Amino acid sequence: MFRYIVRRLLQMVLAFFGTTLIVYALMFAGQGDPIQALAGERPVTPAQRAYLTETFHLDKKGVGGFFYRYFDYIGNLLHGDLGQSLTQRPIGKMIETAWPVTLKLALIAIAVAILFGVTAGVIAGIRRGGFFDNSTLLLTLLVLGIPSIVLAPLAQYFLGVKLSIFPPTAGAQPSFYALLLPGIVLGSLSLATALRLTRTSVAENMRSDYVRTAKSKGLARRRIVGVHVLRNSLIPVVTFLGVELGNLMSGAIITEGVFNIPGIGFNLFRGIRTEDGPLVVGIVSILVVVYLICNLVVDVLYAVLDPRIRYV
Amino acid sequence: MQVRRLAAWAAVPLVATLGLAACGSGGDGGSGDSNPNATVSIQIGEPQHLIPTNTTETAGNQVLAGLFTPLVTYDAQNKPVEDQAESITSTDNTLWTIKLKDGYTFHNGEKVTSDSYINAWNYGAYAPNGQGAAYFFEKIAGYDDLQSTDPDGDGPQKAPTPKANTLTGLKKVDDLTFTVTLSAPYTDFKSMLGYNAFYPLPNAAFSSPGVIKDGFEDAIIGDGPFKMKGTWQHDAKIEVEKYDAFAGEKPKVAGVEFRIYQQLTAAYADVISDNLDVLPTIPTENLTSVTTDLGDRFQQSPMSSFQFVAFPTFDPNFAKPEVRKAISMAIDRDEIIKSVFKDSQQSARSFVSPVVSGYRDNTCGAACEFNPTKAKADYTAAGGPAKIEISYNGDGGHKDWVDATCNQLKTNLGVDCVGAAEPKFADLLDKVEKKTPVGMFRLGWVMDYPSMEDYLGPLYSTNGSSNYYGYSNPQFDALVKEGSAAATPEEAIKKYQAAEDILANDMPVIPLRFGQNNFGYSNKVKNVEMDLFQVVNLTKIEAVS
Repeated sequence: MFRYIVRRLLQMVLAFFGTTLIVYALMFAGQGDPIQALAGERPVTPAQRAYLTETFHLDKKGVGGFFYRYFDYIGNLLHGDLGQSLTQRPIGKMIETAWPVTLKLALIAIAVAILFGVTAGVIAGIRRGGFFDNSTLLLTLLVLGIPSIVLAPLAQYFLGVKLSIFPPTAGAQPSFYALLLPGIVLGSLSLATALRLTRTSVAENMRSDYVRTAKSKGLARRRIVGVHVLRNSLIPVVTFLGVELGNLMSGAIITEGVFNIPGIGFNLFRGIRTEDGPLVVGIVSILVVVYLICNLVVDVLYAVLDPRIRYV
Repeated sequence: MQVRRLAAWAAVPLVATLGLAACGSGGDGGSGDSNPNATVSIQIGEPQHLIPTNTTETAGNQVLAGLFTPLVTYDAQNKPVEDQAESITSTDNTLWTIKLKDGYTFHNGEKVTSDSYINAWNYGAYAPNGQGAAYFFEKIAGYDDLQSTDPDGDGPQKAPTPKANTLTGLKKVDDLTFTVTLSAPYTDFKSMLGYNAFYPLPNAAFSSPGVIKDGFEDAIIGDGPFKMKGTWQHDAKIEVEKYDAFAGEKPKVAGVEFRIYQQLTAAYADVISDNLDVLPTIPTENLTSVTTDLGDRFQQSPMSSFQFVAFPTFDPNFAKPEVRKAISMAIDRDEIIKSVFKDSQQSARSFVSPVVSGYRDNTCGAACEFNPTKAKADYTAAGGPAKIEISYNGDGGHKDWVDATCNQLKTNLGVDCVGAAEPKFADLLDKVEKKTPVGMFRLGWVMDYPSMEDYLGPLYSTNGSSNYYGYSNPQFDALVKEGSAAATPEEAIKKYQAAEDILANDMPVIPLRFGQNNFGYSNKVKNVEMDLFQVVNLTKIEAVS
């Protein structure tokens, strides 16, 4: 197991450099005129252009310029310096302030998905074909059909503005309560998928041989479902949720915008909009690490859930 | 689950009652007592910078308006009146003497002296500091020596260090007096001084002469009615509180929280539920419901923005003024403003905004009157192109009105018209500068200080900073120049107006719309006013207890 983890960690280093190189190349290729993008619709004076061009090495063009800037970036990164965004704010600091709130949001979302999705999935799986099963299927179909760009403003309008149950926006240092509504909205998509995954998996396992054996042994139904079925059914769900945690952090762009949460998703969006190469690559680098770690944790969890899986 | 549902149902009548009560007692009209100990919150976007000479967008201006006092402000007629300055005088419009009022201090206790201004302006004008508003100092003598150009354009060589690092035009007379020598006479210089690039900076801002201290921007020290409370919390908020030793007109609230929003719609949800006090811009998608949501707490006031469509005058298709006038005549401005903008803007039929003195209504004349029959006849007679393209930047929400304009041109001129979106404004500019055929293209302008010259110079003169369409008329340039050098503002306006009449003849652009502030506020504030620069007046606003 230990050797497996070390091997995976070494692979992660390679994956990290590979992905940052690709993202950097994409940003570099798609870059128009970041200085004008920064100035919006205002004219940029030649002096200011010259100054910014020099500060961000924008004068190095072509393939040589690309590698110069990439290695400059990686060199700084190894010193733990993520560099400056085009607005001259240290990217490390930006991520540091944006990270906790996004993490909280993602955790709430994932908790919502686990709590309601997995529970309802188990119930639906056990009572397959029943009323609960059919109604949840219909409901998840509905939720999966509504994109968050519609769901988030609707939830904000009805629950935040009209009924005032939740505050309409969360802000930068939100309380747990203020984050609840955006968390539920964000989690609802994963909830639906988690529910369906669990349901299918549980339903399948309920018909399996070991359940029949357990039943004939006279084990309590609670124990059959709670220990035997659940443990075996959770593997696909854990895979999904692990990757989803990474998705939730990068994919909260819409929810963060609607509820005014200045998190990672928002910063990523801003970076892309203003052609802020350093910022985008900085955030993506971090997200890559998150994904890699999530995947590793998922793989290790397999072994915990199913003792037959062993890594050497 | 059960409990929450119960809470929800209980909340409905409660909210309804509270809402009704609020309508009855609060709202506009000055009912409810003013509470000088309360703070108010105002929506802004994340400012790019807070150093005055590097702040060129509204969010930064709004914050700086609380932290600093300008030399001049503008009266109801938008003429400059002294604020931090005691007097600003000149006999020849070249040598200006600025006397400061005594008693003003920075928030760290430092006195505001002529050095505070001279140091700040020198810093702003010095090219290697890369300040966004550096060009505001270009009228001051010695500006050119502070600039340097990259010897090989964007190439690998570094730009050489400029010849000088201070403006020769700035001279200290005594602690409260300094003189400014301009490189050419300029009548509207006093008006210009109200712009935020001309704010002073304390000695504490500099770590050594001409170098601003690290971190100063996050905890900036100004000389205005409010001082920073804590530091700038990026992407979250900037809080300021009343500065007790302020020598000018004191504000009526204890502090202001500038709350940073990424999306206006989020701020809108907050302002209609009283979580946010002032929203300076109502998002377009909410304009239809805003009167029901806010009632008379939704208001409109003039601002300086000007939207137009420019002709690439270098393109032979649009070389004839008759063609350009015919296209203008075929556009029904009022209809577009009603259907697309829900009356949030006003039709433009002049080349400068109504907010500057010297503005005359309808200087564009017959060419801006909607007259489809004459338009078509003129267009055919002048041999206009059979296909028209209107380019715009796709990230600015321009699609709807460009498409509407195109449809009108199709119907009224019988031409083929398409709206062509470029991803960003920078891409559009790039194509225009390289003279790639993009057809007509949209542009906008927001003034820096109230003067006709601030429209005529940058937009229509031959080397104007925003004249991307290559319009050039020596007679026009001469008149603007004469206006700038005129002895009095009144004479200047006469020259400017004569210049504007030339534009009506040449029609280099089609004036379309003048902007307005469309703002809203909560039940917790009153006396909310906004100026021409989309900035909330922080001395007038009051909190309702």
